[in-house]
Formats: sequence, C-alpha cells, structure tokens
Amino acid sequence: MSSLRFTKEHEYVRLDGDIATIGITDYAQKQLGDVVFVELPDVGAKLERGKQAAIVESVKAASEVYAPLTGVVIAVNEALPDTPAIVNSSPLAGGWFLKMTLAHAGEMDVLMSEADYNAYVETLG
Amino acid sequence: MATDISLKQTPLVMAHRASGARMVPFAGYEMPLHYEDGILAEHNWTRRNAGLFDVSHMGQAELVGPDHETTARALEALVPADILGLEPGKQRYTQLLNPSGGIIDDVMVSRGGDDGRLALVVNAAGASVDYAHMTSALPPVVRLLAHEDRALLALQGPKAASVLAEHEATLATMSFMSVRHVRLAGIDCVVSRAGYTGEDGFEIALGARDAPRLWAVLTGEDDVRPVGLGARDTLRLEAGLCLYGHDIDETTSPIEAGLAFSVAKRRRQEGGFPGAARLTRELAGDIKRQRVGIIVEGRQPAREGCAILDPATGLRIGIITSGGFSPTVGRPVAMGYLPPTHAVPGTALQVQVRDKRLNALGAAMPFVPHRYVRAR
Repeated sequence: MSSLRFTKEHEYVRLDGDIATIGITDYAQKQLGDVVFVELPDVGAKLERGKQAAIVESVKAASEVYAPLTGVVIAVNEALPDTPAIVNSSPLAGGWFLKMTLAHAGEMDVLMSEADYNAYVETLG
Repeated sequence: MATDISLKQTPLVMAHRASGARMVPFAGYEMPLHYEDGILAEHNWTRRNAGLFDVSHMGQAELVGPDHETTARALEALVPADILGLEPGKQRYTQLLNPSGGIIDDVMVSRGGDDGRLALVVNAAGASVDYAHMTSALPPVVRLLAHEDRALLALQGPKAASVLAEHEATLATMSFMSVRHVRLAGIDCVVSRAGYTGEDGFEIALGARDAPRLWAVLTGEDDVRPVGLGARDTLRLEAGLCLYGHDIDETTSPIEAGLAFSVAKRRRQEGGFPGAARLTRELAGDIKRQRVGIIVEGRQPAREGCAILDPATGLRIGIITSGGFSPTVGRPVAMGYLPPTHAVPGTALQVQVRDKRLNALGAAMPFVPHRYVRAR
C-alpha cells in the first residue's frame, strides 16, 4: 500500500513503507517541456526539505527540483542519464528521480493529497 | 488566461492562442514560445519539413532618399557593409556600429528597386534605439520611416520552397539573400530568401491586417506547422548564428564575433564607418577574443554565462554566450568567446556548469550544415 503526496513546487512523493520515491509531476514536465538531462544527487547524500535535490534541464532551461522531505538518498534512477525523455512520457512511474529515507514521518502530513494538488494546479490556469 | 496589458501583440496573437501556443513575454511582445507539439518536435519538423514562424515583433523600417547612392552612402556611414554595391533585388546582413566598433544592433538591409529606398529589419528589443541612432546621423535628404503596421513571417525548412512555389512559381528560382515583390494568396508581399535557422527558407513581409489570412493559408498546408521562439533559438544555435544581446552586443565587434564576411573589402580599404580603426586592427590579427563553437561531452547543457576554463591551468579564459542541447547533433553545444590562442577548433576546454567542470572541445560552426540555396 503506497501513498502519493505532492508539493506546491510540483514534486511528488510516493511512500512505500519507510521508503519515499521522489519525482516531478505531469504538470511540471509539461511546463518544462522536453527534458534532456537530469542532474541527480549521489546515493548517500543527505537531503533537507525545501533545499535543492536535483536539477532538471529541458531544451529551454535548467530548473531546480527541491527535496519534499528530509532524509538520505538510497537510490537514483539509473535510466535517466540515457533516456531523460522518460520524465516527459512517464513522470509518475518510469521517470522517478530518486528514492530516500524519511527522517521525520511528520513531514508527509504537510504535503498535499492528490485531490488537493489537482485543485491547486487548476488555479494555476 | 491572464494577459499582461503592458506587452505588445503581433497581428497573429489570436492565431497563436488558437493553435495552443504557450505565450511568453519577449522583447516587449507577447510571443509564442512553442505550440502543442513542443520545442523538440517543432525543431525537428523545421529541419525535415517547413516551420512557420511569426517574427512580426522585429522592427521594419525604410530609409528613403532621393536616389540609391545618397541613401546607400548615408547608411554606409553607420555600417561596415557594401551598401552602395547592393543591387536591386538583393539583401545584405550588416551591423550598426558604435564609435568603438561595438555592435548597436544587427540588421538586414534590402534594396527593392532603383528608387533610393532601402528596407531594414532590426531586432525588436533594439528598434527604438536603432531608429533614434540612425535618425540623428542621417543627412536631411534621407528620412527613416518606421513601419509599425507590418507583419513578418518566416517559412523555414527543406519544404519551404515547394510550399511557396504552389502559390508563386517564381519563388523557387530565387537565390539566397535576394528579395522580390510578389502576391501570395492575393496578398502583396515582399519575400526574401533568407532566415535564421540555417535551412533554406523565406521571410515574408506583409501588411499587418493581411497576416492572419496568409498565416492560415500556410499553416493549412500539410508540410507546414507553426514553430515558436523556443525552436527558433535551438535552430539558430545549431546554425551558429548570433543572437543580439547574447552573442553580440555593444562591446563585441563584428570581427570578434566571426562576422568578418559581412565587412566588405571596399569598406576595409576606405574605412568611413564607426570603429573602423578597431576593425582594421583586428582584421590584421590584433584581436583579444573570438567567438567559437563548443561541443560539451556528455549530455548536460552548458548555457549562457557559464565560464570556459583552460584544462591545463584551471583558469577562466572565456564565457559562454549561448548554449543548450542540440536536438540535431544529439549533444550539448554552445558558443562563446575565447582568446585567439584557444579559439582553434579541436582545442581541449572545460566549462563550469554550477559545481561541475565538464570536458568540452572547441568546434567549427555551424554545428549543423547550412542548406542555403545560392544557385539561380
């Protein structure tokens, strides 16, 4: 049983047990356009909620991706270096960025539910 | 969707919105960054078929004098190109220079007939500065007319000629950098065989109120799709073409920028344009920096503002002025300025992208070969 949560900065968190999978939302990939490169942190890196976790480069610009949670990176998506376009085609599945531990379980509670996030995106026009 | 009322609009804004364009502010205009297909697809479509661009934000003006010689000499006082020798029906690329040889703007100049008129196309962001600069320098008998009621379309790509030939067969035989008055779909147009993508293609100047109709006619063709500013930038980068305010500005000279081809022989000998002393010195080899092409190893793009380093010393030796991922080459490419010692294609370089130093190589430009049609 996994639970899906979102940030206002258009990252998602999929929590399976005590492992969180992080990526960017479908709205985010549409805004960025064609992704050509993703700069990922090293496995073992400590991430702090709200601080830079990765950088996604589209054809037009580089954009920061922020850590939605505090914790330690335990895996990065090895498919992204060779096939970054998977972020566009499958942002919530094959296009995930990294997996991390969750230092403070309470941080999940401040993230948005899918329904709240969808309503938020509606307001962005 | 919210509209910023301080932004100007081209006559095609409704057509862009109807095509699903993502509109962004650019040079004071609300312009399409891309349409529903996205930048990558629009880029590739232009390289393979024909992309239609709205470039109506660019400034269109005319110099009007009593005869060609008078008008040409007035313009030659401001630019290093041979305008006197520009034949009727021909177009030329040049630069408005400041007294120290820096580039105020880059300009396309075309001569329609034998009537003392020269048509100019300047960059949107620089238009008002350019017009004030020219007006203050022109002799009383030569006037500058700014045409605010004009639109400009660019049809670019290997199928551009066949598309236009269906409307006006004579366009297929035009040579690169020539210009012709024609009617397309019953609309008076001034068509030049030129562009900003490295592909064969045409630029079509016409009255603003006719632009939506021609746009609809051309986008109705199977081989044509609308293409936004995003792909315009990746296409011109692959073609090694300068973007004003990025690759060239008031500090760079045409020689540093690799635009010596546009500085005419006669003008080099005679001088008589702003900054002639600097250009002469630089042409003789006394030059501080040169615009170069760079191919970055790996897939991470190095963009404008990234430092270029000498791998032997780790020292900063230059700066990237344009860069991004090249869809056609399939690798990151960039252009920037380096001292002549490091400006040779094949030179090992590094580029600083945030906290990483990426290996790179100096490269000849264009990154993608030009496909201009020069033959008649």
